[in-house]
Amino acid sequence: MTTFTVNGEERTVDVPGDTPLLWVLRDELKLTGTKFGCGVAQCGACTVMLDGMTRRSCVTPVSTLEGADIQTIEGLNTPEAEAVQAAWVNIDVPQCGWCQSGQVVSAAALLYEIPNPTDEEIDQAMAGNICRCASYVRIRQAIKDAAKTLEG
Amino acid sequence: MTITQNRRNFLASSLGLVVAVSLPLRGRAQSGAALAFQPDGTAAAFEPNAFIRVGEDDLVTVIIKHIEFGQGPMTGLSTLVAEEMDADWSQMRAESAPADDEKYKNLLFGLQGTGGSTAMANSYTQMRKAGAAARAMLVQAAADEWGVDAYTITIANGVLTSGDKTSTFGPLAAKAAMLTPPEDPPVKDPKDFVLIGKDRPKLDSQAKSNGTAVFTMDMDLPGMEYVVIRHAPMLGGTVASYDDAAALAVPGVTAVHQIPQGIAVYATSTYAALTGRNALTVEWDDSVAETRSSDQMMKDLSALATSETGLMIEESGDITSALTGAAQTIEAEFHFPYLAHAPMEPLDAVIEVKDGSAETWGGFQFPGFDKQAVAGTLGLDITKVKLNVMLAGGSFGRRAQPSAQIGSEIGAIAAAAGRDGSWKLIWTREDDLTGGYYRPMTVHKMRGALDADGNITGWHNTVVNQSIMAGGPMEMMMQDGKDPTSYEGSVKMPYDLANLRVDWVRAESKVPVLWWRSVGHSHTAYATEVFLDQLLEAGGKDPVQGRLDLLKSDMTRDRAVLEKVAAMAGWDGQKVKNGKGYGVSLHESFNTYVAQIAEVEDRDGFPHVTKVWCAVDCGVAVNPNVIRAQVEGAIGYGLGSVLFNAITLGEGGVVQEQNFDTYRMLRINEMPAVEVEIIASDADPSGIGEPGTPPVGPAVANAWRALTGTAVTTLPLTTPAGA
Amino acid sequence: MNILTKLTMAAALFAAPAYAETVNGLRTADEFDSITDEAARSAALFEEMFVVIESPRCLNCHPVGDVPLQGDDMQLHQPPVVRGVGDFGAPGMRCSTCHGAENVAFTTGEGSIPGHSPWQLAPIEMGWVGLSAAEICDQIKDPERNGNRTLAELHEHNATDGLVGWGWEPGEGRTPAPGTQDIFGQLTQAWIDTGAACPAG
Repeated sequence: MTTFTVNGEERTVDVPGDTPLLWVLRDELKLTGTKFGCGVAQCGACTVMLDGMTRRSCVTPVSTLEGADIQTIEGLNTPEAEAVQAAWVNIDVPQCGWCQSGQVVSAAALLYEIPNPTDEEIDQAMAGNICRCASYVRIRQAIKDAAKTLEG
Repeated sequence: MTITQNRRNFLASSLGLVVAVSLPLRGRAQSGAALAFQPDGTAAAFEPNAFIRVGEDDLVTVIIKHIEFGQGPMTGLSTLVAEEMDADWSQMRAESAPADDEKYKNLLFGLQGTGGSTAMANSYTQMRKAGAAARAMLVQAAADEWGVDAYTITIANGVLTSGDKTSTFGPLAAKAAMLTPPEDPPVKDPKDFVLIGKDRPKLDSQAKSNGTAVFTMDMDLPGMEYVVIRHAPMLGGTVASYDDAAALAVPGVTAVHQIPQGIAVYATSTYAALTGRNALTVEWDDSVAETRSSDQMMKDLSALATSETGLMIEESGDITSALTGAAQTIEAEFHFPYLAHAPMEPLDAVIEVKDGSAETWGGFQFPGFDKQAVAGTLGLDITKVKLNVMLAGGSFGRRAQPSAQIGSEIGAIAAAAGRDGSWKLIWTREDDLTGGYYRPMTVHKMRGALDADGNITGWHNTVVNQSIMAGGPMEMMMQDGKDPTSYEGSVKMPYDLANLRVDWVRAESKVPVLWWRSVGHSHTAYATEVFLDQLLEAGGKDPVQGRLDLLKSDMTRDRAVLEKVAAMAGWDGQKVKNGKGYGVSLHESFNTYVAQIAEVEDRDGFPHVTKVWCAVDCGVAVNPNVIRAQVEGAIGYGLGSVLFNAITLGEGGVVQEQNFDTYRMLRINEMPAVEVEIIASDADPSGIGEPGTPPVGPAVANAWRALTGTAVTTLPLTTPAGA
Repeated sequence: MNILTKLTMAAALFAAPAYAETVNGLRTADEFDSITDEAARSAALFEEMFVVIESPRCLNCHPVGDVPLQGDDMQLHQPPVVRGVGDFGAPGMRCSTCHGAENVAFTTGEGSIPGHSPWQLAPIEMGWVGLSAAEICDQIKDPERNGNRTLAELHEHNATDGLVGWGWEPGEGRTPAPGTQDIFGQLTQAWIDTGAACPAG
């Protein structure tokens, strides 16, 4: 049994300790916004916030999460996340959409730390999130748009 | 126009009494795709045809016959309907059509299917007619209601007006439903378009930005089990024997069954299924598998290029004399590896079997084939199978399976269980990359002749690869043993090459092959546009002017995109400026004309692409926003493959690349800036999902050759791990 | 310790009778007793420490630039990551985005993702990739370039530090560093005790 907080709600799961958080979220808690893309921390589709930092849930055993605080795409409600999502919709970043939950989580985390990132800082924060549709031109633009929104 | 009642619409109208529950959100049209797999929860007041539902709440739902995996048919086809209905964009919804090869057939295929960049091309008139019919019926309903002549009624932004009378669609829906749809309603003159031709926000962006979009892998049914399959490591391999004791001992694993595709592990969670699969011991029979290495196969293809077994595909003039009489001949042999599509959502499907019927959900690109496969594997009459087409996390050709690969697998999983129940099949990335159905490995053996003035006087190309269509249901489309998808783009070139010959040699392998974004063009554009560039260089010609001079006089669209891209990039004939190389390419595919110029730097001996300019002519630009997005993405997709990707079979035929660590995807730091211009056109819309991909490779290779002097004839440009 | 490691050790023991005490490809400190000249013995001991230092397990996270390497073949790290402030990655893409407190076996295929707490790059002044044994020897004695450690503290680090010790427990898919951390610590102590001499450049 492991107890942790997901999107502000305390959850207890009874699964083998080495079950990756990804499958706990998707199969047990039915939070399917977090996606499976590679299983080996190469693509970023499974990114969540864990204790305030980005984390690839596919390589995060549930046994390491006792007392942890997790935000998934479903519960992301920071000003940065809202600005990012609005910017994403505004210029139609998603194509197939499968990677975009992870992209949004990573982008919001970047803007939380760096409100006005340079191209290089965007590359460094976002290079772990693969988009097979290569929506990268718009991801970059949307992050800048969101930064402007947050500036007010 | 005479509109009368008929019984079918009367029945439909009786459902209209139910008030629909969904409401427009934030003034932006929404996708109903997430709800598409659910039984009709909101009733239609008015269904003028198989493509449109109008609710009493004013919502207009367009039934989309093409699968949505990023190319935008939900938005695009809804735009066509909204245009002809004069609807307001905020009232539009989209929903996936169920499998129905008659009602929802691709008019270019003759059955339901998405591919070949045909979604807009085949739907353009059909969907406009569907919208026009709905409009005519609403107008007639209003005329009857108000006692005015139909011609006095106008519609704008979803509001009908005649004199001082106004109405939205909803209140008229029930009355419209009583009318008979017009047979051949007139459509708008393009000069009257309100929506078509303008940037339109996509219907599915919001759900895909907040995690609520529901894909196949996100489905959950009561009591559903999770299934993974151990497939043979050698392509074409089969199970010799297996031991499932350890797998069955894994908590959560409920069953292990042998199915034709391998060994299926059933469990109460994905994790248990994966753990169970890891615990399997399987002995494989490779007697009918491909056991050659990629190195060996490439040597074999190369040898075939000089054999006499090829088919002559195109010929003009006398290539033999041209080559022997040339002042200079140039030869090059291009080698293209197998490529995996690697859609971000790996293959998957869900099935429920209950009381002698089955319902299945998946990213099916030819849903009719998969529906038949499910029925066949379960021994059910086709009428007992319902198939739902889901949003899919990319495809790039991978889900366009004439072999009904996934329908067959999900059917086999349910059949092997031998009971009522529901199951979700999940492929891992390893399954995806090692599972075959690759872009065919290909050799282009090219010879060119130049005269003393550097003019090209001869062109001979021998293409060697496997056939995609042979051996499947598409084989009937092959004529005289020729598979155009093997060499398309190497023939009917726009250039006036007086003495030309193109041959195709069909190679054989047990490796299953499939269309990969742009299909044959994915290699023919590279081989032809790089080789042409080399010949122009050898003849002392400018890459842009040299191409323009070679274009046949009637190739006006090719000419226009090339001139446009040269202007966009400020082409001045200098192939190297400020340490950056510039390369050009021009290639038509799927009736869309594309020219690109790439700007490339040398970073530690490796090409880094900083910018791509692209001019595109795809006929009427229904939604320029989507067209630009598709071109941007297609450039990234093509660039990643030419820089990084090869699927390689090692000794014994085992695929080496297991995941994204060795089969590298283009990442944001490797994505160039992209500038797209769309040529204004009143030609019918043509493809846009694929045509941006073929030209990027040759543009980059030509820039790299200009910068470094290195001609790249073997792809990818680097090893998988890269530099 | 996994089975593969044990088998490798056993094979090394049987295959190399001339170095009966050699463990997993690393000679023990007392194998150097026959070198009578103390400075020569000290330098030889460092050469043996270098057998560990030049392992991909050590070098991959001691880059001379801002990008770590990975794997036994020492490729550039994928996905691309940078050192960042604090040698812990960039904002939004920290080491801990992927690396946890322990190695985690992949569930979908073979291999594992390495982990330890902390998991980070060695500071840039401690970069080793491409340097000779002599250069690294000078470097790790230099307080400016060894984290201001005394030789005793250096021994402590080599003999007991957890992240150093990870090199011998690197998880499936990675070859462990030669020997054991104990032997590495003993070699370090013996090298210090013999004057911490460096090999000739």
